[in-house]
Amino acid sequence: MKILGIESSCDDTAASVVEDGRVLSDVIAGQANVHSPYGGVVPELASRNHLLNIMPVVDKALEDAGVDLDDIQGIAVTRGPGLVGSLVVGLQFAKTLAAARNLPFVGVNHLRGHLLAARIEGDDLPLPKFPYMALLASGGHTGIYLVENEMEITCLGQTRDDAAGEAFDKVARLLGLGYPGGPLIDKMAETQGSKEQFPQSLRQRKSFEFSFSGIKTSVAQRVAQIPGGPDPDQVLAIVRGFQQAVVEILVRKVTLAARSKQISTVVLSGGVAANNGLRKHAREVCDLNDLELFAPPPKRCTDNGSMIAYAGYLALQAGLSDSLDLSPLSGWPL
Amino acid sequence: MKSEIFQIESEEQTRKFGERLAALLERGDVVGLCGDLGAGKTFLARMVARAVGVPSHVPVNSPTFTLINEYYGGRFPLFHMDLYRLGSPSELYDLGLWEYYEGDGVCLVEWCDRFSDLWPDQALVLTIELGEGENRTILATGEGRGARLVEQLGKTD
Repeated sequence: MKILGIESSCDDTAASVVEDGRVLSDVIAGQANVHSPYGGVVPELASRNHLLNIMPVVDKALEDAGVDLDDIQGIAVTRGPGLVGSLVVGLQFAKTLAAARNLPFVGVNHLRGHLLAARIEGDDLPLPKFPYMALLASGGHTGIYLVENEMEITCLGQTRDDAAGEAFDKVARLLGLGYPGGPLIDKMAETQGSKEQFPQSLRQRKSFEFSFSGIKTSVAQRVAQIPGGPDPDQVLAIVRGFQQAVVEILVRKVTLAARSKQISTVVLSGGVAANNGLRKHAREVCDLNDLELFAPPPKRCTDNGSMIAYAGYLALQAGLSDSLDLSPLSGWPL
Repeated sequence: MKSEIFQIESEEQTRKFGERLAALLERGDVVGLCGDLGAGKTFLARMVARAVGVPSHVPVNSPTFTLINEYYGGRFPLFHMDLYRLGSPSELYDLGLWEYYEGDGVCLVEWCDRFSDLWPDQALVLTIELGEGENRTILATGEGRGARLVEQLGKTD
């Protein structure tokens, strides 16, 4: 069964074709492989830009997969959570296509897509078996999820304020490092040097909630304390300390959650799961605790179309589909 | 233009400030939240949301990524938005911000000092300055309806 998946929940317009759980193509607007007639890097956060991108992205996804619309047997699209103005573009496009082609259609939860992305075939990597404990950490979401099977996913805790990826971006901004902050901080933190200590919020709590607002404020206060602003060594020390604090709390909570629920498999997902420091530390902690760790390739961690096509494939295969009056949901907890 | 300065010494006082503000707000009000990264804009917004009646099991978290978070279930619909990531005025129009500003809820707008030419005249603006520890200074300014809110906030201090 070949499924076309469409993702437009936030900045990126993405599309993918998945056949029986295997990725045939995965296209994201803004990437070099999209021939966009509009040129340059378009800030894709507004619905108007999704409108500009969606046709070329879908065309490219079909082309890369070596299929045309006649081969597609179902349409999956992100229904939420996300920005309504952005969601509605993908949703309307998908509905129109489904109606015109008389194809089954399903609205997918973006978070479910992320959480199941580690099981997508096509990267020649071992795939995690159910059940698993997943950390989902991205620019917009941070939480711990118990994934029992394709359909049963429970949130055990999420961030009370900022998402982890957002904390990376904002701290990078405070230190004048540029954007996006995650990869910059990750790379810089590998440099040897001294390390500042930063608090890890909610560390002692038995809950699996996170808070990253406090550490951001601590960095802001630290920067303000240094007359004339931090010099490069001081910036490095702040970066190293910040990266360590965030990585440790993320890994600590997901591994504690796995142990407390007697789950032996841990999965990383979301854009922050592309962070090398996080992957390395998670590997160490999982090894120590006899937990099996699965970290999908970075392209399956950040927002992508294949995770939507894949989750849609699972839903359609299970006989679930939606009617064409489906509306977007800006907030849609699992 | 009216303005007033409020000294805050703890998170508890920020919560009380949020409660006082929430009690004064009516449908159609727009409140801007300015201040550096880490000043506590989202925290104050959460305190207002709770005081308005957004249930505690609904997370009120940063809208930086989502741009607009909508909350129902309180005394009025509450729209929590963030202009931090927006790059040009046209993106404000694309987002449909004016439909929210002129809608039947209350808007809390972080980084409202971005694109200040496009800021509603009657809004209340709260600028939070980061101090040591939990110390914050909040400068409230506004004209028209915003000025009345500043005045009322001052009276309840």
